[in-house]
Amino acid sequence: MNVQAWTFVMVALSFALYIGIAIWSRARSTDDFYVAAAQVSPVVNGMATAAGWMSAASFISMAGLIAFMGRDGSVYLMGWTGGYVLLALLLAPYLRKFGKYTVPDFVGDRYYSQVARIVAVVCAIFISFTYVAGQMRGVGIVFSRFLGVGINTGVVIGMGIVFFYAVLGGMKGITYTQVAQYCVLIFAFLVPAIFISLLLTGNPIPQLGFGGVLTDGSGVYLLDRLDGLGRELGFGAYTDGQKGTLDVFFITAALMAGTAGLPHVIVRFYTVPKVWQARSSAGWALLFIALLYTTAPAVAAFARANLLTTVSNMPYREVPTWFTNWEATGLIQFEDKNGDGLIQYTGPASDIPNELTIDRDIIVLANPEIAGLPPWVTGLVAAGGLAAALSTAAGLLLVISSSIAHDLVKKTIRPSITEKSELLIARVTAGVAVVISGYLGIHPPGFVAEVVALAFGLAASSFFPAILLGIFTKKMNNHGAVSGMVAGITFTSLYIAYFKFLHPELNTAEHWWLGVSPEGIGTIGMALNFLVAWVVASFTEPPPLEIQQFVEEIRVPRKS
Amino acid sequence: MQSSGDKREYWKRNLTYVGALLAIWFLVSFGFGILLVEPLNRIRIGGFKLGFWFAQQGSIYVFVILIFVYVRLMNRLDRTYDVHERDEREDGS
Repeated sequence: MNVQAWTFVMVALSFALYIGIAIWSRARSTDDFYVAAAQVSPVVNGMATAAGWMSAASFISMAGLIAFMGRDGSVYLMGWTGGYVLLALLLAPYLRKFGKYTVPDFVGDRYYSQVARIVAVVCAIFISFTYVAGQMRGVGIVFSRFLGVGINTGVVIGMGIVFFYAVLGGMKGITYTQVAQYCVLIFAFLVPAIFISLLLTGNPIPQLGFGGVLTDGSGVYLLDRLDGLGRELGFGAYTDGQKGTLDVFFITAALMAGTAGLPHVIVRFYTVPKVWQARSSAGWALLFIALLYTTAPAVAAFARANLLTTVSNMPYREVPTWFTNWEATGLIQFEDKNGDGLIQYTGPASDIPNELTIDRDIIVLANPEIAGLPPWVTGLVAAGGLAAALSTAAGLLLVISSSIAHDLVKKTIRPSITEKSELLIARVTAGVAVVISGYLGIHPPGFVAEVVALAFGLAASSFFPAILLGIFTKKMNNHGAVSGMVAGITFTSLYIAYFKFLHPELNTAEHWWLGVSPEGIGTIGMALNFLVAWVVASFTEPPPLEIQQFVEEIRVPRKS
Repeated sequence: MQSSGDKREYWKRNLTYVGALLAIWFLVSFGFGILLVEPLNRIRIGGFKLGFWFAQQGSIYVFVILIFVYVRLMNRLDRTYDVHERDEREDGS
């Protein structure tokens, strides 16, 4: 069987599994639909959280990004895992004790204000739509490369699957499908990593092979070889950073706080029965995530080494089939500038002009072929990429539907609504959201990648401080929280909009304020949020007594 | 039920744990992985430079350990101050 046939088999099997699970775990009440009736065990919840968190970006793009960024790639590795420590220690147990359905629920109740609730709803919906469009796009790319259907058909098939289990099962259906999707995606990520680690370093554990000696008989460490090749070809040493230290610091902090403030992650901690389980569930989630996140930098180094040794100075007429296949998609481009028929692949510091452009997103998908692994491995990787994209998309759609059905309709517009009609509205909204995100996947706004940075910055500069202050200070009042959120969001989005949309030509280190890139500005927005909230709160009335009691109440696990 | 003094003490102990664990969290990621990465890179362990290892591997392992340590500490603290959630049917666990 060839790659396409294997991909078809793997994808069909995994989809059949998801549909089977969806039918078995239908939602019967709003409680089921929003939080799986708060009856999910911490390990299962951890696995579902991990699948929901690791998106097409983690699975398909991250290792490729690191392969090209070298040490600077650690902003994603630390940023997207360190946030779970903040979640477990600062947010999850208290939000579980609070025990309602959504993030706007907490913000609205704690700050006794409908304005706060609506600000939170708007942020939640915006962040979620941004993300979900990117997932649908990822689905389309996998389908078009491996199954030979158009990107649009791919998106429609993906929409159909998500529609089926998100609308039918709500949180309950999503939780159990996400567990299956985690298994598929981690298996698909580890199998090629282990194979390649064995081939390159003789060590079956990628995390160790990463620091191991090459098997080519040279006795050189993999990372030393990469540093040497990098310098020689003008890319700089792999283990050296190119970004400023301060910028790396701020980007990492923004991604961490953003992770802890993302509504589709937070809401998962409402689904476990007890407070201590919310804490341990965050631990399990991070353990499952770490399995992929410690493998990814190893995969990045292996791929980089394979790529540099395979294509550098190779005669163009003799390139392997994977090269030609990806060239057809336009994601690899070769231009023979000096007409010698050889591929010169060089970095900015080299005298020889570079002739090869490689899209970072193809590294993980092309890796098995570059390493010469059997075709079923490629099929498996395609199914894994789809699992990652679909599981994240489903979690985000649920945030959108619960924000509208619960926070907007039930809590703001028509409190008298029955549970049955609320569930119907939640289902219809989820359905509409699937269609809109599918549309965004087929006609992506040109700025999807940019908006993802915006989403993290927004979450870091809005939700994270508001929730943190709501738990850890009794004196924070509605005026402080609302003005803090508004100040943080406004500052962050203006800064990003200025450099990404209004003046993209100025988007270089010398123009940035204090050398902080738009990716890292969320950290300053967050600091601003804290500052404004604190100043405003100290000049306005403290919250009413029952709110202060409410805060004391959520700090203790047992109900009184 | 608990007196408010006990609850305040429980909360203080919790804050001490959180503070200590977050200090380690900051040290391994922002400290070893970012601010001190260059000096640490002079130390080598096998094929890894130590700063690089913390930035791409070590900090993540420490994060996982930190959360499970916090879970254990808090489970004990919840029982010491008798604020843990009881099961509906039986007492404890």
